[in-house]
Amino acid sequence: MRRLKLVANYTVEMRLLVVLVIMCFGLSLASDQFLSLGNLTSLLNNNAVNLIWAVGLLVVLISGGIDISFAVAASVVQYVAAYCFGLLGGGNWILGFLVSGLIGIGLGLVNATLIHGFRIISIVITIATFNAFFGLLMFFTSGKNIYNLPSWWTSRIFIFEHQSTNGTWSELNLAVAVMIGCVVATWILIRFTGTGRQLYAFGDNPEAARRAGINIALMQAVAYGWMGMMAGIAGLMQVNIVKEVIPNALYGRELEVLAAVVLGGARLGGGKGSILGCLLGVMFVAITQNGLNLLGVSPFAFQMIIGGSILIAVSTSNIQIGSDLFKNPGKYIRTRY
Amino acid sequence: MMTTDPEWVLSLENVSKNFGGVKALTGVSFRVKPGEVHCLAGENGCGKSTLIKIITGVYTPSPGAKLNILGKEIEHITPALAREMGISVIWQDLALFPHMSVAENISFDEVLGFWPRLVRTESFKPKVEAILKRLNVEMDLDEPIKNLPIAQRQIVAIARALMGNAKLIFMDEPTSSLTQSETSMLMRIVQKLSEDGVAVVFVSHRLAEVLAISSQVTVLRDGHLVGVFPTEGMTQTKLAELMTNLTLINEVTANPGIDTESILEIENLSHKNEFQNVSLHIKKGEIVGLTGLIGAGRTELAHVLIGMTKPTSGTIRLGGKEANFNSIRDAILEGIAYVSEDRLSLGLIQPQSIADNIATTVLNRILTFMGFVSAKKKESMVNHWIKELAIRIGESSDAVSTLSGGNQQRVVLAKWLATEPRLMILDNPTVGVDVGARAGIFRIVKSLAEQGMGILLISDEVHEVHFNSDRVLVMTNGEIKLEHNPLEHSVEQLEGIVYA
Repeated sequence: MRRLKLVANYTVEMRLLVVLVIMCFGLSLASDQFLSLGNLTSLLNNNAVNLIWAVGLLVVLISGGIDISFAVAASVVQYVAAYCFGLLGGGNWILGFLVSGLIGIGLGLVNATLIHGFRIISIVITIATFNAFFGLLMFFTSGKNIYNLPSWWTSRIFIFEHQSTNGTWSELNLAVAVMIGCVVATWILIRFTGTGRQLYAFGDNPEAARRAGINIALMQAVAYGWMGMMAGIAGLMQVNIVKEVIPNALYGRELEVLAAVVLGGARLGGGKGSILGCLLGVMFVAITQNGLNLLGVSPFAFQMIIGGSILIAVSTSNIQIGSDLFKNPGKYIRTRY
Repeated sequence: MMTTDPEWVLSLENVSKNFGGVKALTGVSFRVKPGEVHCLAGENGCGKSTLIKIITGVYTPSPGAKLNILGKEIEHITPALAREMGISVIWQDLALFPHMSVAENISFDEVLGFWPRLVRTESFKPKVEAILKRLNVEMDLDEPIKNLPIAQRQIVAIARALMGNAKLIFMDEPTSSLTQSETSMLMRIVQKLSEDGVAVVFVSHRLAEVLAISSQVTVLRDGHLVGVFPTEGMTQTKLAELMTNLTLINEVTANPGIDTESILEIENLSHKNEFQNVSLHIKKGEIVGLTGLIGAGRTELAHVLIGMTKPTSGTIRLGGKEANFNSIRDAILEGIAYVSEDRLSLGLIQPQSIADNIATTVLNRILTFMGFVSAKKKESMVNHWIKELAIRIGESSDAVSTLSGGNQQRVVLAKWLATEPRLMILDNPTVGVDVGARAGIFRIVKSLAEQGMGILLISDEVHEVHFNSDRVLVMTNGEIKLEHNPLEHSVEQLEGIVYA
């Protein structure tokens, strides 16, 4: 009974899990490469950055906000961090995390301050900062790439290596380890701390949260600061993977991540969303893309499928309520939540 | 830990509060004994909410006020201190978190705090269970609040107050959205709290319940204390008069204006499991009351009449002609108006202006020849109805949300009257409307009937239908049980039938 309840409370996550399992099963039959170690590790390597962003964005969505600016914020962090490492005499990994994390938090706090200070909805503010961050970046860098980066930053670090019998190497790189750290930290924040509970509450019913004595400014700062920190760390890891800093490389990635997190059951109105759903959402998008590649389908089909999946996921999760609404309208008329 | 039981759990003296030049409270005193069930009564704007907000530290009173909680003089109260001292408020909207579980909601105030720290809902569960047991209710602790009916949410809110060891709980309009049986369950819980020494202060419009449950009633009017009265021997009419300073006449008068011509004839109307074989007739100029417990199928019947849902069998004739509505639009065009019970979210568009709200139903009638909305026609139409219904407003361009409950209800009436209906269905038209303003609403209803309109008055409140209808139909479990004639039988007899 209790077990069933758990499933009922995580309907979106469970449905996504089932779909994902079916998809993986189908793909493993259709392509012998899909379940190969090499393919699975590269799936993780390629999506580590997205997952770091996704857990950051999850926190913002739970608090009832949205952030469009995180991907370009990550680009800004890359540039400013590269500049800072120059000043700091090259830097190292510890300084790297510290500097990029702090710059990220700073950019996040810019969002939080504007949203809270002017009481303007987050989508408007973050679309504005998205443009401002990107405009400033292009203006000051004149769109130039940086290839001359400290060697610690661009050297490949593997946390797992394996040579299969046919001689091909499969490995997991540092970004995956960092991603796991970010996921666990976010999980602890939202699931096991008083602050996390307050974030859910604030997203769920802001007025009730205010009356309960929750510090609203603090909530905004935590949500966007956390998102900013994740954006900074994601920026740092992105450089480690591609070994260069390109100002417009991350532009446009925000919608892909947003779509994945929403697919994972985070509610755009706030108050709902889980780490599990977030991971499943990102992996669903990733595996869809990967599967289409392996099956040799045109890459243009990908966007179409993701769009369709969001429509199906969002509309079917409303069907139950919809049919109930016709049976018993009074129930919904009474309810003001 | 505490010295002997103080005489008062809360004692306020000489409390005044001004907002700019407006005096919200003048020299009010208010006392509650431990374990007492007390009622704070008064019309909207009398200063009830201001008083609660002063007690809970949201507002600071003017100098000279004395506040004493559990025998301790309090110089300056803050919301946190109030909660710590055991004063808790359950707001009308309950202020719960719909996507969080029962346990998380009840234990919510325990997780507050600036610094991050680890919390586990599991660790609160034993205490939560103990509280629910104390209230004699069983609930699934992991169920999200949004899946619970309002009555259960109310219990969650009470449990949340008890989690903070409340000694005094304020309940702001606790029963406004509860059904009769849910209300009586709430009353039992309040009784239980009182026995445990927790004082409860009700802020309520529903005079019948107030008198039934509380032992003392403090009446406020225009920011002044009218007095503290024992509820024993107090009648609804007397209490209403104290609140409004008006002499309210509650008497049944015969309506000579009932025409012989029927407006609405329903024969054997059924809708699935909600109501069966309902037959009813409303003549021109007649007010027909429809009461019964919630869940009896009254609102569902209204929904069929306005074309929102289709009946499974039976016929509806409007002015002798068979009516088959496919949508609410059809019903409006045929001259049926429906004033919904949820004025706040369904009846009005709160942030829009009074004028725009009145005009929404008749936009197609106030067009210029080019097909745009004519500002001139709209203004004259809006002004006509504002004058006709004596709606007290500043400007017709003010937002509806700035009006009192009674005036908002008049705006709803104006909006529907603008459609020039033949039949008006009023579903609980006085929910959240002051006692004094209710009489005004019913005066309007009566004058509409005199002009030949047929009225179907649906209400939970037996008194309301008895004193304002020509005939009362009692609905039970989806069937019309009997017809009551207010001229021949007393309101007590009707009460006996409804609550049987």
